[in-house]
Amino acid sequence: MAYLLIFFPLLMAAVAALIKSNRVRPYLLPLAAVPHCVVSFVVVFNSSLADTTTWLSLDPIGKIVLLIVSTLFMFCSFYAVPYLHYRSERQNRMFVMCLLGFLGAITLVTWSQHLGLMWVAIEATTLATAPLIYFNHTRLSIEAMWKFLMIGSVGIALALLGTFFIAYSSLHAGLGATLTYGVLLQNAPLLSKIWLHAAFILLLVGYGTKMGLAPMHTWKPDAYGESPGLVGAIFAGVTTSCAFLAFLRIYHICVAAGEFAYISKLLLFMGFLSMIVAALFMIRQRDLKRMLAYSSIEHMGILIIGLGIGTPALYGTLLHIITNGLTKGVLFLSVGNIHRAYGSKNTDQVHGALRLLPLSGTMLLAAFLAITGSPPFGPFISEFAIVTGAFEGKHFFSGGLFLVLLCVVFIGMGVTVLNAVQGNVPNEVKDKMSFRDGFVNGAPVVALMILVLFLGIYIPQPLRDLINEAVLFLGGQS
Amino acid sequence: MTNILNALLVVILMLNLFTLGTSRIQSIIRTVAIQGILLGILPLVAHERLTLPAILASLVAIVLKGFFIPIMMSHALRDVQIKREVEPLIGLLPSIILGALATVFALLFTSQMPLASENLSKLIVPSAIATILVGFILLTTRFKALTQVIGYLILENGIFIFGVLLMEAMPMVIEMGVLLDLFVGIFVSCIIISKINQSFSTMDTRILSSLKE
Repeated sequence: MAYLLIFFPLLMAAVAALIKSNRVRPYLLPLAAVPHCVVSFVVVFNSSLADTTTWLSLDPIGKIVLLIVSTLFMFCSFYAVPYLHYRSERQNRMFVMCLLGFLGAITLVTWSQHLGLMWVAIEATTLATAPLIYFNHTRLSIEAMWKFLMIGSVGIALALLGTFFIAYSSLHAGLGATLTYGVLLQNAPLLSKIWLHAAFILLLVGYGTKMGLAPMHTWKPDAYGESPGLVGAIFAGVTTSCAFLAFLRIYHICVAAGEFAYISKLLLFMGFLSMIVAALFMIRQRDLKRMLAYSSIEHMGILIIGLGIGTPALYGTLLHIITNGLTKGVLFLSVGNIHRAYGSKNTDQVHGALRLLPLSGTMLLAAFLAITGSPPFGPFISEFAIVTGAFEGKHFFSGGLFLVLLCVVFIGMGVTVLNAVQGNVPNEVKDKMSFRDGFVNGAPVVALMILVLFLGIYIPQPLRDLINEAVLFLGGQS
Repeated sequence: MTNILNALLVVILMLNLFTLGTSRIQSIIRTVAIQGILLGILPLVAHERLTLPAILASLVAIVLKGFFIPIMMSHALRDVQIKREVEPLIGLLPSIILGALATVFALLFTSQMPLASENLSKLIVPSAIATILVGFILLTTRFKALTQVIGYLILENGIFIFGVLLMEAMPMVIEMGVLLDLFVGIFVSCIIISKINQSFSTMDTRILSSLKE
């Protein structure tokens, strides 16, 4: 099953290279994504089907991330077809190939049980996504792609060094060098502490760069801002979740080694720094996509804070991977529609989106409420669980600061979003109007939003079990 | 064997300083190519029992780091028709001094860290860290896009040196994956450099500063 899930998208990427028609090629995306999603669901909820090899197997945290990644990618692939047809003047061969190759690499991340292999897969996702940023072929997109590639590659290189340090900590303890996740977990208490600490810091910086934690976040607003909304959704929902998964495995090893007290402070510091930076830059932000990039930085901060609080907040943190990913999908896809209709993503030009694009405008507004943690949406449940965990774990200061920052973000983001959706549509936009809300570009967004709402009202039992299983796996109590 | 290993590592460290001390980008590329070949030889010298996978991995590293990547970079350099790194953030001589200081720092730093008691040379860990730091110096003080990519390559070379200690943890397939990622990464960077040159008629990264708050 693992090979099927990993190589099927790669095979489709090869097919995409062979297809000549610019119009037919985008259909390969849903053609690969739908079976991928179906098989992923079957494998996750029917573990007997998930055969395992030495390096490939699905652990509970991998399952959660595989679910969100595959689901979000599928909805994005539905959205991609009309988008690429709308932009038919652009060659989309590279774009489609990179997206499919990316799906294969990201699946490998969720399955890998060898930290070296996981690193290779994560670096592969960086390389596959760099050309996606350049889809618009503008000077600004070149700049964004360059920054993304350089900062991302250097960050990931540090993660490789950190990975080697983990192997060295095992070698130093006289256990032989190994990078197999299961073996490292077993031997965790014996690992050489000083090398493990050094490894943790390098990996926090390395995978943190990929997640976009402050202060390594500088590439993020540029890359998210200049790439198509579709790519933004994939970055903010899929790539970041996978980078977080990679980091979660490292966290797991350190916790198993009895180092929670040491890493907790670092995590809380990095998490709050990211939230503060994001909140400050979101105030008076006029660029919608850059605003969403800062929102992504904020939510990566929230996930890291959840880990820093530890056991009481783990359930909320794992749930937040899912709710954040889905909501980011709605946000980026609806902003993508708005960007196309107005020819701008700046609130200097974008006014009255609710009138011009009733569907996308409403979705943006609803997703804004969801991502800032308003009930009755999914992120409310997960953020509430994290806050509860913070107070349960006696982190009163952290819990309080967390709530204050959520308020700042709500106000900052609210001003920008309300500016965009309310008011009158500028006349010059009304006249040239070439893009409207339709079924094909609206349905995927609405479907994602329904999922976000659904998770806010009711979390299905199998999903609840899965998350509890993952909490147990990470060493907490369910 | 340890003597040869130490000699190789010292040459690698000297090549590091040489990359900091020259402004001709072509010479930097040649230096890195030589460094790449030496790196590929390292695992062969470091381990007494040589397995077929280890030899294969070494060969691939030599071919990629010593030939493919440098040739690709030379092509990129020819396209953009720029020969020198003019006006780096800090001058050439100060860069060399900084590089030497970084090497000393790496030696001092590793003498503080507990090292695994294996028979291998004690120079491996400090050389790795020194090379990584030199890569960082090139990355941050040079403005030509290609020189920055070379800095990234030297950074990876440093990590590769560290990896020599951990051959048993990195099976050949995964080692190949790492090398492939490096190769594709530099390939993509070279393409971006030519795009930058087409759009901006320069490869000075200072021009890339329109995106900000």
